[in-house]
Amino acid sequence: MASAAAAGAPPGPAASRPRKSVTGTRKTVAVLFLLPALVLLGALVVYPIGYSVVRSFGTNSGHGFAGFDNYRTVFTDDGILTALKNNVIWVVFAPTVSTALGLIFAVLTERVRWGTAFKLVVFMPMAISMLAAGIIFRLVYDQDPGKGVANAVWVSVHDSFAQSSAFPMAHPGRRSPLVAEGGGFVTKSVVHAGRPVALPLVGVAPDKMPDGAKRAAGAKAEPGKVTGTTWQDFTRGKGVGRLGAPDPGELGYPGMRIEAVKDGKVVASAKAAGDGTFTLPAAADGARLRLPAANFREPYNGVQWLGPALVTPAIIGSYVWMWAGFAMVLIAAGLAGVPRELLEAARVDGANEWQVFRRVTVPLLAPVLAVVTVTLMINVLKVFDLVYIIAPGSSQDDADVLALELYRRGFAEGQPGVASAIAVLLLLLVIPVMLFNVRRLRREVRR
Amino acid sequence: MTATATEVRAPAPAVRARPSLGARITERLSGGAVRVFLVLVGLFWLVPTIGLLISSLRSPDDMSASGWWTVFTKPSQLTFDSYRRLLENGDITHSLLNTVLITVPATVLVVIIGSLAGYAFAWLEFPGRDWWFLGVVGLLVVPVQVALIPIAELFGKIGLFGSILGVVLFHTGFGLPFAVFLLRNFFAEIPRELLEAARLDGAGELRLFARVVMPLGGPAIASLGIFQFLWVWNDMLVALVFTKSGTQPITVALQTQVRQFGNNIDVLAPGAFISMVIPLAVFFAFQRQFVSGVMAGAVK
Repeated sequence: MASAAAAGAPPGPAASRPRKSVTGTRKTVAVLFLLPALVLLGALVVYPIGYSVVRSFGTNSGHGFAGFDNYRTVFTDDGILTALKNNVIWVVFAPTVSTALGLIFAVLTERVRWGTAFKLVVFMPMAISMLAAGIIFRLVYDQDPGKGVANAVWVSVHDSFAQSSAFPMAHPGRRSPLVAEGGGFVTKSVVHAGRPVALPLVGVAPDKMPDGAKRAAGAKAEPGKVTGTTWQDFTRGKGVGRLGAPDPGELGYPGMRIEAVKDGKVVASAKAAGDGTFTLPAAADGARLRLPAANFREPYNGVQWLGPALVTPAIIGSYVWMWAGFAMVLIAAGLAGVPRELLEAARVDGANEWQVFRRVTVPLLAPVLAVVTVTLMINVLKVFDLVYIIAPGSSQDDADVLALELYRRGFAEGQPGVASAIAVLLLLLVIPVMLFNVRRLRREVRR
Repeated sequence: MTATATEVRAPAPAVRARPSLGARITERLSGGAVRVFLVLVGLFWLVPTIGLLISSLRSPDDMSASGWWTVFTKPSQLTFDSYRRLLENGDITHSLLNTVLITVPATVLVVIIGSLAGYAFAWLEFPGRDWWFLGVVGLLVVPVQVALIPIAELFGKIGLFGSILGVVLFHTGFGLPFAVFLLRNFFAEIPRELLEAARLDGAGELRLFARVVMPLGGPAIASLGIFQFLWVWNDMLVALVFTKSGTQPITVALQTQVRQFGNNIDVLAPGAFISMVIPLAVFFAFQRQFVSGVMAGAVK
């Protein structure tokens, strides 16, 4: 897991003989060297473990024995169960995604000359506090696409695929020939060729009218075709003017989509020109005209990154930003130890790059990948700051994790018993790794 | 950023895809495409931090009106006003001082106490030495959360709660397992002949430690020192529990502003950036030591 060699080259050949004291020290000297460390470790690390176990069986008030009540709370309380569930999500995704990205980056940076600069950039977040990272990502995840860079990019990608609508607030006015249907509007009666149709709406704020809007014009009748006008039937300062007919000063709805619907099927469609006029082919004769909902959708406002549904993945994203560099650096160090001849041999044997990666590199790196993943899992179990800072008050319950719940119960809600039970649970979860470390080192120590 | 969601899933298919598909992907990724990909990822990693930096250089009015990227078309928005106000704010400057007062002693203590113990575990003889050492190694992965409540009650009883000394001691205690682990392993590699030679020259145990072991342990001590420094400097949770208003470090002082995030952005953005300056400087100045510390501390 941790190799001392990593801390720099050893100053000389490893001592192979048993490291007996070179000075034949008295035991009291050894005690003096060890005392400060053992006292602090005993008082600040070992004692709290024991105390937490005892405390977890006591009542929250501190008087009396609670049996397993606190543990029952841990596994039945809705808030703590949410935290448990989120911790599972964290432990499954955050380490694996960070490790996978670290692996990809480590392998790819070997192929470019500025790999070191790249590694520096990706590793840099390791040096800053989770608080600072939290503030950074609160800005990134800002809901307003005009301010949060995540939504700014997301909305521009979204809008380049789905056209945003121009008339979000438009609706029929008084004595309108239109009725609402499925978010759009449809004429009450069927239309006929040669008889111009009026499709008046109101409610679009003057400053929201599209730039291409011109003075609305009444459509001319054309034989064999359905013509009409769709416009804002409202004259500023003069009230409604003539209802149902374009007045001077009233603007057309350029780009408004019009569909002719017969028996629930769209038989023809058109878009209105700058003056609001449109022309449909003869197929539209006898159909109803519909202004579909797409015309009236609210402008797309991006993703609610920090809403209840996405808050945990969003915070995991910020964690990956911080820790992928850690995985990358460890994996790159492992990669440096992979014998180049093995990779070359595989290439000579006709393996392509993907096969070399999949069948040679990854298996050789497996121990490093395991260490990185396990290390990150332990780290993730304790995640607190990022959740505490990034999750806004309204979705903090949805983003809850055990470490945060421990803090809340222990220090905000006066439930040290329950908090201690959570602490013991966290401790139990890391004990396998603790035993693994000790077993691995026992072999090394007994040289 | 945008793509936290996409990014989270992207790598998996690449890794699990059938070889034939994967082969094609990899081949197309060669050369130019690899470069383009890495540049994009690099940008992706830089943009959040750049966003914070630029945000800290804009007025609150500009912040509520438009995104930080508008400075690229309107650079006149940039101003140091937020920083000036922040540095005139006594609470913030005081909390920065507290950060230093907590971080420096907690680092020095861990280095000294950890070196003493590391040397004892490596070169002194006493019964059960290796078992004691394994016990310390076992403590490497103990989460700090386990100690919050017990130590809060303990500090309350002995009057350390809310004091800087309390936070320093807590960080020292939780820094020690790693310090002892790292330094013991490093010291154990010191050639025995060096120590014996010094002993023949008449050096006592303490002198041996100070004149031979500590200088030889330089690289490991540097890694440990930098690692511990950043760890303590960046801590929020421990300080959140154990400090009170006069002793809180910058992380806790800023944390109190987060609930009103939008309104306090003119404090939070420059404050976060100031709190990052020292760690980043340390990081860039001592990359190698930091990396080796992180690699050795993979267990923490």
